[in-house]
Amino acid sequence: MTSDTATRRASTRELLRFDGVQRTAHWVNALLFATLMFTAIPLYYGSFFGVVFPRHDIQMIHLWCGLALPIPILVSLAGPWGRRMRADVRRVGYWTRDEIEWLRTLGRTALKADKFNPGQKANAIFTAAAIAVLFVTGYILQWFRFFPVSWRTGATFTHDVFALVVFIAVAGHIGLALTHPQSLKSMFKGTISERWAARHAPTWLAEDPESVDDGDAHTATYGRGPTSEPTRQR
Amino acid sequence: MSARAESDMGKVRVGRRAFIGLAALGAAGIALGADAQRFFGSKLGSLGSLLPGGDHFRIYTITGTLPYISRGRYRLKVSGLVDHPATFTLADLQAMPSYTMVKDFQCVTGWRVPDVHWKGVQLSQLLANAGVQSTAGAVSFDSYDGADTESLTLPQAHLSDVIVAYEMLGGPVTREHGGPVRLVVPQMYGYKSLKWLSGIRLVENVEPGYWELNGYPVNGWLDGSTGPSDPHPNLT
Repeated sequence: MTSDTATRRASTRELLRFDGVQRTAHWVNALLFATLMFTAIPLYYGSFFGVVFPRHDIQMIHLWCGLALPIPILVSLAGPWGRRMRADVRRVGYWTRDEIEWLRTLGRTALKADKFNPGQKANAIFTAAAIAVLFVTGYILQWFRFFPVSWRTGATFTHDVFALVVFIAVAGHIGLALTHPQSLKSMFKGTISERWAARHAPTWLAEDPESVDDGDAHTATYGRGPTSEPTRQR
Repeated sequence: MSARAESDMGKVRVGRRAFIGLAALGAAGIALGADAQRFFGSKLGSLGSLLPGGDHFRIYTITGTLPYISRGRYRLKVSGLVDHPATFTLADLQAMPSYTMVKDFQCVTGWRVPDVHWKGVQLSQLLANAGVQSTAGAVSFDSYDGADTESLTLPQAHLSDVIVAYEMLGGPVTREHGGPVRLVVPQMYGYKSLKWLSGIRLVENVEPGYWELNGYPVNGWLDGSTGPSDPHPNLT
């Protein structure tokens, strides 16, 4: 499909897609999202498949997970350990004209994809914004005394609508992960094959991303091994 | 750094724009969502109980269970500082003159269900029948859940739209909504409308209820004011 030379060069080469900081942030975030979504169901519908839970306890779990939600993302972005995370946020934020066109036509135009395709980028941006909106509206719902009633009602409505879209987005995210096992695996072990990158992320591959020689990802993806700083930042 | 900036030349900051756009949408939702919900709520119809914005009640329980009281065995006890203590069955209540109303149900935390239909007996009617003694200054309410309590001052209890409801949304009050019989105080936040009503006690002074002991205002007027929107003398 795309870069033949890159595919031929070394198909066994494993590229570092997500470092340890990013993977930890992702899975902590996923755990918080899962807990928030599960507790949201009885809070919204009053029961969970007919089982009634003590509302106050459920509410407290939901509250604390909600308050913790920004932490993994912010911590993974801050400090010297957040270098790759920050670089990826930058990738997600900046779009080429081709990428915008690709998303606008829902994937019908040709695109040499970056590390993340425009759909993934859109999902990341939406998730970040949804966290911000759900955090603020959730704050108003919890500490409602400080806000006028119309704001509380507006915040409830907004919280519910964004939560509904989050449910849809998360379902889509999990569905795509399960149907793309190589991508999913890279969120566990950190690396992905060069062959995959040649097919799905040629622009990224052309940047000569950090690689791990023998595919033994577990040793190489934590910290900075001897192979983790190649000639990238010229 | 310069290499990085160079690689971003000709690119569009979609991320920042989309993030700000969505955040602005959220802010607009807080400011205008109450009206948007009213609009959507009237359009959604039966989907409203599933989707945000519609006639969706959040079901609260203090105890973690929904008390079950059969319609046949339901009893409402009126006691305390009254001349004629009495116990009513559901049929007794249904045989009394009924009062219907359509009112928004507003929770103190923000959620609201527009245009809820209620039918029941005016509390003032029950109080008149019982013969309130001159020493009584307030009414306390008990619930079948064994935990929730509520109270109103005597003037508040005499508001014409404070009712003991046995119908809601065009049918019997369901178990999760506090059936077979619940209190409805539409000019106050939802927590004042005690569910699974088991007892009405006339007392000397207001006894703060469960939610009030947990920090909610004893006078739960909807707009947070000290009086009702439907003026009535000497209410607070």
